[in-house]
Order: sequence, then C-alpha cells, then structure tokens
Amino acid sequence: MIGSKHLFFIGVLFIILCATIISATGMGFLKISPIEVIEILWSQFTGQSPEGINPTFPFVVMEVRLPRILTAALVGGGLAVAGAVFQAILLNPLADPYTLGISSGAAFGASLVIILTIFGIVIPPWFSIPVFAFLGAIATLIAVFSLASTDTSLSSNTLILSGVIIAAILSAGIGFIKYLADEQVGIIIFWLMGSFVGRTWGDVLTTSIIIFPGLLFTLYYARDLNIMALGERTANTLGVDSSRIKKQLLICASLITAISVSVSGIIGFIGLIVPHLLRMVLGPDNRILLPACFLGGAILLLGADTITRAWLPSEIPIGVLTSLIGGPFFCYIFRKKQMALHS
Amino acid sequence: MISSQKTAGLLFQLAGLSFAYQKHPVLHDIDLQLYSGKFYGVIGGNGSGKSTLLELLMGTLLPLNGTITYRKKLLANYSKKELATKLSLVPQHFSMDFDYRVYDIVLMGRHPHIPRFASPAQHDREIVTQAMVTMDILDLQNRPVTALSGGELQRVVMARALAQESEVLILDEATSNLDIQHTIAIMQVMRKRVVEQGFTIIAAIHDLNLAAAFCDECLVLKDGQIYAKDTVDNIFTSDLLQTVFSVEAVVDNNTMTKHPQIQFKYQ
Repeated sequence: MIGSKHLFFIGVLFIILCATIISATGMGFLKISPIEVIEILWSQFTGQSPEGINPTFPFVVMEVRLPRILTAALVGGGLAVAGAVFQAILLNPLADPYTLGISSGAAFGASLVIILTIFGIVIPPWFSIPVFAFLGAIATLIAVFSLASTDTSLSSNTLILSGVIIAAILSAGIGFIKYLADEQVGIIIFWLMGSFVGRTWGDVLTTSIIIFPGLLFTLYYARDLNIMALGERTANTLGVDSSRIKKQLLICASLITAISVSVSGIIGFIGLIVPHLLRMVLGPDNRILLPACFLGGAILLLGADTITRAWLPSEIPIGVLTSLIGGPFFCYIFRKKQMALHS
Repeated sequence: MISSQKTAGLLFQLAGLSFAYQKHPVLHDIDLQLYSGKFYGVIGGNGSGKSTLLELLMGTLLPLNGTITYRKKLLANYSKKELATKLSLVPQHFSMDFDYRVYDIVLMGRHPHIPRFASPAQHDREIVTQAMVTMDILDLQNRPVTALSGGELQRVVMARALAQESEVLILDEATSNLDIQHTIAIMQVMRKRVVEQGFTIIAAIHDLNLAAAFCDECLVLKDGQIYAKDTVDNIFTSDLLQTVFSVEAVVDNNTMTKHPQIQFKYQ
C-alpha cells in the first residue's frame, strides 16, 4: 500500500538527484561552484548572460558536462527500471539486463553497424545504432528464453545460466567484429566497457524519447506486476492477462536497455543493485518501487560516472567500475538466495 | 417446478469435453453439469485429471474438443476481469519470492474489484480483515509472507481467494498442507458458506473421509473420464473404492456425524 512515508522517500530521492546533477556539473578539471551552476542554468531560461562568472563556464556547463551528466542519469534510471521489471516478471531477484545477456545482445547489434559500413552500407548512426541495438536485444531475449524453456518454471539458475551462455557467445561475436574492424577498435572497446565520454544533447534527446514513455508504460502496469508475483496461473484468475502483459513489458524493458546501451555501451549490474537495495527499504510494491528505481539508478550511475570523470587520476571505463562494485554484490545476493533455498 | 429451479441454478455445463497435453490425452468425453449452492468434491487417483479439470473450469486451460459454458455463456467468451469476479482459485502449490506482507497478499484478492488507479475503499479493507479473521491469520497480517510456514501460507492464499468474493471457489487440494485442527475449521467455514449463502465450492480432495464429511456430491475421475457422480452416500462404497483406488475398505455410517466413514484395510 502506498503511504505518505513512501511518497516522502520518493521526494527525498528526487531532491538528492537534483543536488547530484548540480554538484556533478561543478566538478572536474575546472571547478565551478553549485551557485554558479544554478546561475548559468537560470541564465539559459532568462536569456541574459550571467555576471561575474568566467565566460568559458557557460560553455563548459551547457555543452560539455550537462549532456554527459543527463545521459548518465537517464541511462542509470532506465537500466534500474528495466532490471526491476525483469525481476518482477520473471519472479527472479537475480534478473537484470546484464545477467540475462540483453545488454550484450544490444551491444552486439550496435557493433554490427560497423560491419555494414565495411560493406559500404551507410545508414545515419543516430538511427542505425539504436535500431540495431534493439534488434540485438530482442533476438537475445528470444534466444535466452528458448534455451531456458526446457525448464517450464523458468527457475533463476536456468535463466541466468542461459543468459551467461548467450552473453559469452555474443562477446565472442563482438570480438570477431573487433578483429574485422581493426582501425575502429576504439569504438568496439566502447561497446564492451561502457563510457559516457563525449555525449551530446542528441543523446539526451534520444534516450529521453524512449526511457520516459517506457517508464510511464511500466508504471501503468505496476499493479498488475504486483499481482503477477502470485504466479501466472493465480494472476490469470484475478483478471490479469499475464501472458500479454509479460510480453509487452519484456519488450519495453528490452527497448529501454537497447537505447541505454546504444549511447553508453554495456554497463552491468545497475539493474540488479538498485532494485534490490530499494526493495529492502520500500518493500516489493512496484507502484513505489519503479519510480524509486528510476531516481535511485540515476543517482547511482551519475555518482559512479562523476567519480571516474572528476576524482580518479585517469578515467576508467564506467562499465568496468560498475562491474567491480556489482560483481561482488551479485555474489552476495546469489549466496543469500541459495542459503534461503536450503534452510 | 423443481426442474426449472434446477436449471436456474445451473453454473457449469460441460459437453463432449476432452483435453490433452501435447500428445498425452488427459480427459475425454466429459459431460457434466454443476449447480450453484453445492459443495462438490472431485476425487480420483494421482494423474486421473483432477487438476486439469479444475483448470478447465477456471478457464486457465482451453478444451481441445467440446464446450464449457458458465451460466449458459461460453467460458471463453468471458473477459478475464469478468471471470475473476465469478470464480476464484486456491492452487495446489504456491510460492512467493518477494516479501509482501500477509495483508498485501490478501488485499490482492480485491484486485478485480478496484479500478486501475484507485485506492482500496473502506469496504475493501473490511472484506480483507474479515477474510483474515475467517482464516485465523489476523495476527500474522504484518508478517512478510516469505517468513510463513507452509500451513500459514496456505491459509493466506485461502483468505486471498475469499476476499475475491466470487460465486464459485475452486480448491485444488487446498487443505493438504494443513494440520487437522485448521483443516476441520476451514472446511466448516466453507460448508457454512455453502449452506447459508448459496456459495458453490468445487474441491479436489485426497482425503476421502474429509470429502465424505463435507461434500454434497462427489465426482470420481478414473482414466480421464467421469467414473461416477453422485451424492456422497451413494459414492462411497467398497466396490467403488476397490475399482477406482484399488484398495480394500469398509464403509460404515458414522453414528456420530451420519456421514459415510471409510476404514481402509492396511495389512
């Protein structure tokens, strides 16, 4: 049930996100104070140039940092929502776009675009990369499910194992493309390790166009998702068309994953950690959990990206950082789950 | 007069029904009529098709051949939402991976009655509390369901089905996880609803004495067909138990309860 305590928590997350965005914008090689950041942002609305501020700062804020920061926040939020949706549909706390192999599928699809350019087929990348990423994600989803379908209950272990197998094959595929496209290795490494370097307002726009409607779509079905936790058979007897909703939400979550990967490469475990932590605080009700995941995922990924960008002596790929944190966390959840099974 | 009353109370009508999982035939040539205000027991050995029959009645499986109507309308023509206000199910197995509170799970039974973006009304909350009182789980209402024993969880699932306020309750071996105290208490509550409120129950039951004590009529399934359908007094005979279950048994009329009482020959 939604209480005022829950809404308060959502409000707090929203304020933390705004504060993180503003302070992250000030961090970096050029230090800009939060007040100055707010003044610069305000001047964009009023159209007056701010007084007493270094004239290069508005350019740094608006053209260099803010697009990257907003992209990181959107991708973090999107991946966390996608993870929460996968977990709720599959009744599986270990599911997330990365462990199911969906992220690798999207990355493989996106890197196929390079093969096309080798054969001289040129499609504008703003169009081809998201579309190929989505096709790769959906194909992977189908492959993982058909591999796991021998186990009719779709148990955690079968599904995750299928995801790992398919992801391994896809990584080899990406490696092969890397071999073919030797002068463009840098781009492939980007797909494999994930990065927000050089994101533009165009990226902010394309991710927003998919992620916000996707979030609204999942929220529309949040109560049905709760009922589906009772199991597909019982959910059907409560008037929920679970097989239709399941398909639509799987496609929606894959689409969110695909757009995220197409602007940032593979970033693992955000979709695992954020829903898990928030479920411990807020409980499993998806009507509260999904918006909280969006805000929490945005804060976490933006925070991690700001650490690699502004604090570390040299920038390490963000995907590497999240996997370094997320991998052990995955071990922890897996172990807890296995112990619960055997107790 | 009596016959017109009978058709008025007709709920399910199955005609020439058959069902198969892939190439394995499970049920065939089922013709059956079920009326409201009765407690039906479905008995038969393991794999005789009891659960499949219940799923077909719920509309969660579709027949391979033949038709099922509910109140003279094809079951398949009802919307899921509409059906949810008429039929509810207590499944045989239930597990939960997310730590919803007991109260939240029982409240989920109100799902078909609450509009999509509305909050549960006072009326809904009262029904949920009443269902928890009936199932003796009110003191568990704030516990996470992941921390309950099998029997407690089973009572939560029953309370959820009661909160659904349907016309028909379908139980798939719903009491098999419960201790004798709760089994009897719950069967008594169910019986009372049938007698006093005209509720209809269709229950697959393994414990034959339990079926004999609480049901009005029993359907006996054998090899995917209805072997017999009659009142409990006529169903429970040594001959039938020998043919259907291949066990030797004596059936007495229990002097205390006036129900048939089955005594099995164990050695």
